Amino acid sequence: MDERAELLDLLRENARYTTADLARMLGTDEAAVEEAIAALEAEGVVVGYRAVVDPTKLEPEPVRAHVECNVTLDRETSYADIADRLAGFPEVESLSLMSGDYDFALEIEADSMGEVSRFVSEKVAPLPEITQTVTHYVMETYKTAGHRFEDGDGDDRLTYSP
Amino acid sequence: MTGEETAPLTPSDRVASVPESGIRKFFEVAAEMDDVVSLGVGEPDFATPYRAREAAIDSLQRGRTSYTANRGMAELRERIADHVTRYDLEYDPTSEILVTAGASEAIDLAFRALVDPGDTVAIAQPSYVSYEPGVRFADGEPLPVPTRAEDRFVLTREALERAGAEEADLLVYCYPNNPTGATMDEEQLREVAAFCRAHDIGVLADEIYAALTYEGEHTSIATLPEMRERTVVFNGFSKAYAMTGLRLGYALAPPDVVEALNRVHQYTMLSAPTTAQYAAIEALDNCEPDVTEMRTQYDRRRNFVLARLDEMGIDCFEATGAFYVFPESPWPDAGEFAEALLESEQVAVVPGDAFGDGGEGHLRMSYASSLDDLRTAMSRLERFIT
Repeated sequence: MDERAELLDLLRENARYTTADLARMLGTDEAAVEEAIAALEAEGVVVGYRAVVDPTKLEPEPVRAHVECNVTLDRETSYADIADRLAGFPEVESLSLMSGDYDFALEIEADSMGEVSRFVSEKVAPLPEITQTVTHYVMETYKTAGHRFEDGDGDDRLTYSP
Repeated sequence: MTGEETAPLTPSDRVASVPESGIRKFFEVAAEMDDVVSLGVGEPDFATPYRAREAAIDSLQRGRTSYTANRGMAELRERIADHVTRYDLEYDPTSEILVTAGASEAIDLAFRALVDPGDTVAIAQPSYVSYEPGVRFADGEPLPVPTRAEDRFVLTREALERAGAEEADLLVYCYPNNPTGATMDEEQLREVAAFCRAHDIGVLADEIYAALTYEGEHTSIATLPEMRERTVVFNGFSKAYAMTGLRLGYALAPPDVVEALNRVHQYTMLSAPTTAQYAAIEALDNCEPDVTEMRTQYDRRRNFVLARLDEMGIDCFEATGAFYVFPESPWPDAGEFAEALLESEQVAVVPGDAFGDGGEGHLRMSYASSLDDLRTAMSRLERFIT
């Protein structure tokens, strides 16, 4: 792995590593790390940083749903056009075009089931290109963004071993 | 009955002559403390790769819990034979590979199978703590061969000569090295090989950390001219595949040597743990990406720890293997330093003299810990010495 790929790998592992620690791990200096991060941001490779949160620990606990959308296209409207309209809503956490049985997958997050339902029925379903929506509410999450939601077992190794 | 009366279960002289492990007292002190950050651990902090664990579970569910062949399952030995070709080692799975309960068992077997009473076994030190007791249990005479910080703890011809190793019957060493993190390249090994050929010495090469080599490629001494017939290579799954508790290792040697090792093994261990053998097959088949990922993580931590020690002004040569660094102790007495560091800052490190001659004045720090722990340990160390 080259240094840029290593840096990206480390940032994806933990975006809160300090510049100094990143420099130490990569065997380089802080200025080089700062420059590389600035470049990754400027080029749009790194588009943001956020905490990975266990939603069940939030007050109030947000409601999350996975919405499948089918669409029909016409000469004037492409997938990207529809995606553009959907992506603008702050309730839409993620939006992907899928292969298979449906076209778009939306991850929705809102404060209540009612809010999710209203969002889907008032903002998503009425779009003229959308022919069908199927909403699945998330019941339980065990792992997200590479992190498991469980009490860590901790380190059960002996303090000293040869 | 003549002579002194002794209790019926008196330990043999052989056992009584071997001292308790040097890290034992630290262990007891640390056990009383909360919040110890340990750099004293000689095993990976990663769990065994999930696929290998799953294969172990699957074998248990299918009831595969009998003994295996003494030498280990044929499927496993075939995969080991394939695997070691990456180090240019060619061993016949039928007659030249013995699967054991950890590389530790294989090393013990080698001492018992190859050492006659009074035979001299040269031990490159500082080293893993089991060699010297192992030689004593086999009624051999251990001959410490200290390596030096100024040689970056590499075993040299001069070190062998200084120690009088010409007289040795066997030489045992471990590279990549525990506790120093030193590695040896081909040129350095050639010197050792020439010495062993010149003085007709057999080599026990503990290569358990081979996969954890960060600069260049690991070289095995058995690949050098006329060395294969005088070398036993030890490796295993503990370090590279984070399988310490599963206890699985192996020895590679010419057929008559494996036959001798197996003579002891078949009467003592019978066969290595069956569950672990299933895990090992899966590890060799499908866990290479896990090994690569762990090596990448260790390498970053190695860089981190070396950089932090350097910032603190603690002298440390650039360790290039295993998961240890071996800095100079800030105090002349490394034992006192390790004790004081544990007591005031709850950071556990091991004084170098626990690993034999040549280790005094140094500290073994393991970087097989999360970066968070390493960061905490380094901050506490810094606070302690300033």
